Amino acid sequence: MNRNQKIFSQFGICIICISVIGILINNLTINLIRTGLGFNFSWIFKPASFALAEHVLPYSSSDSYAWALFIGWLNSLKVIISSLLLATCLGTLIGFARTGKNSLLGLFSAGYITIIRQTPLLLQLMFWYFVGFLGLKNNMFFHIKNIFKISNQGIEFLGLTLSSEFSALLFGLSIFTSAYIAEVIRGGILSVSRGQWEAFRSLGLSERKGLLKIIIPQALPAIIPGLTSQYLNLAKNSTLAIAVGYSDIYAINDTIINQTGRAIECFLILLTSFLLLNLLISNSMETINKIIINSRKYN
Amino acid sequence: MDRKQKNVAKINPNDLKIMRRLVSGIVGLTMLLAGCAASSQKNSSRLDLIKQRNELICGVSGKIPGFSFLDSDGNYQGLDVDICKAFAAAIIGDSEKIQYRPLTAAERFTAIKTGEIDLLSRNTTFTLSRDASEGNGLAFAPVVFHDGQGLMVKKGSGINVLENLANKSICLGSGTTTEQNINDAFESASLPYTPIKYQDLNQVVAGYLQGRCSAMTSDRSQLAAARSGFKNPKNHIILDNVLSKEPLAPASDGQDQKLADAMRWVIFALISAEEQGITKLNIDEKVQLAKNNPQLKPLRRFLGIDGGLGEKIGLSNDFVVKVISTTGNYGEIYQRHLGANSDVPIPRGLNELHNKGGIHIAPPFN
Repeated sequence: MNRNQKIFSQFGICIICISVIGILINNLTINLIRTGLGFNFSWIFKPASFALAEHVLPYSSSDSYAWALFIGWLNSLKVIISSLLLATCLGTLIGFARTGKNSLLGLFSAGYITIIRQTPLLLQLMFWYFVGFLGLKNNMFFHIKNIFKISNQGIEFLGLTLSSEFSALLFGLSIFTSAYIAEVIRGGILSVSRGQWEAFRSLGLSERKGLLKIIIPQALPAIIPGLTSQYLNLAKNSTLAIAVGYSDIYAINDTIINQTGRAIECFLILLTSFLLLNLLISNSMETINKIIINSRKYN
Repeated sequence: MDRKQKNVAKINPNDLKIMRRLVSGIVGLTMLLAGCAASSQKNSSRLDLIKQRNELICGVSGKIPGFSFLDSDGNYQGLDVDICKAFAAAIIGDSEKIQYRPLTAAERFTAIKTGEIDLLSRNTTFTLSRDASEGNGLAFAPVVFHDGQGLMVKKGSGINVLENLANKSICLGSGTTTEQNINDAFESASLPYTPIKYQDLNQVVAGYLQGRCSAMTSDRSQLAAARSGFKNPKNHIILDNVLSKEPLAPASDGQDQKLADAMRWVIFALISAEEQGITKLNIDEKVQLAKNNPQLKPLRRFLGIDGGLGEKIGLSNDFVVKVISTTGNYGEIYQRHLGANSDVPIPRGLNELHNKGGIHIAPPFN
């Protein structure tokens, strides 16, 4: 193609893209006006008039929709961050067990990964909630003095109370994601060449020390990007909270849509909040990745 | 490849301009057409669309015995379903030409506004915000079932009145008036409580039966329906506290006056037929009677022999005959699904006719 043709084809593609987007926006606006659903955010400061079982900050039903949404966002954040930590710990352990020398542990973790990865998350959440937690008796199934108590009302640990909805979601999300993280970790460890293993062994380093000082630092650059996408998946999967009665931002949005009839505005809010959350996660992971790569350069 | 490139003539800048004009012209035209399509849709009623399609798309719950529930043959049955059938009989003339769409409480209004369904017959409470054009923008047909929100607890749990539920957990469905009513009731009595919200009635029932909550709340009819499916229905009691009025009514898009009118008078026809003692069994007799006796003016108008009432609301003049010979009158529908011999017996109470102690009444067919 000569230069003119190139410019022309680029120009053509641009025109097509812009016109398709234009038609879509135009259609949306016309249809929104036609169905009386034109954009309107005035409802957001009106009182929500519904109660929430769980809130990190003070909340009452006379607070505004905006505040209710923010509480929901915090609830989402709470479950995302805690399952992120739990999933990472669990996933790392399983991943090590899978690659380690102990064949019984290896077999066990391979089975774990297979079962968890091959059943739907929704099913697992339902299982953890309706069978795992609500299946317990109210009168303390498992109880150690006043330190630890687990019942169908949730978990109590040193004065910290976790509702059964939160606990089921935390368990479900963490266990589901840990299976994927384990595979990412295994992939990372396997990406380090055999020579490195042989090298540290011939230097007389112990297996544990060699793994921590030689193998992991080299595996990390391969692990981090995979880990990031698992974290992003976890954040998005947390919207399944609605299935187990946890008041995350999606569940609260659902109620608000029903009360106000403002589906499109609510979905825009939902979209923005998840975009923010996921940008936060991917940017922090990017930073961690850079730090690791830089530290290796100067060593 | 090289040879081909050489052969291509250079593009004249003027050609580029023409092309650009052409493309923007096409874009403009498409936008104009899209606009026209949208605005022309505004003028045509959903009623005509249903007739054209020869099928009614009816939004139901599908999960409430007595109202809309799949029977053992895989067909939807219940009061809400019979209301769909009555609409289909009146509009299309065939109660079999219905596509049922099971919808959750949260999905139902969007489904109407986007036109995914023609109308909703899904135990929906008639409220100001839902009716308002600045709210959900729906049009409600007359109430088909007067309900009230109640609370169900386990027998012997020591809970007998609302006050006993202070600081307890209550299972409920999210995205319904239930959520607001329970909050109003507890807040006005200054009682703290924990709402455990699920998306679906089956989950509410599971949460309650598994002991997550001390009580479950919903419309009293739904509580009775849910209880009928429990292993030991007698171990559960519905408290006397009625937390709200729940007039349940079919609904359609508020901007479509024509469909709303038709729906309104189909419901009134069901009630009016019961008032006049016209049933599925005697409808043919009544038609003959009206045809043979020109002096029976109100009956002749009602059955569409005189007056041309049906045409005024976009239906055939004999729509009442079609409806009653399909579903029977309101009393027959009620008896079939919620009567003493049905699986979900609910006393008629407020749902009796106005002259029998209830509040159902139909305006005159004049």
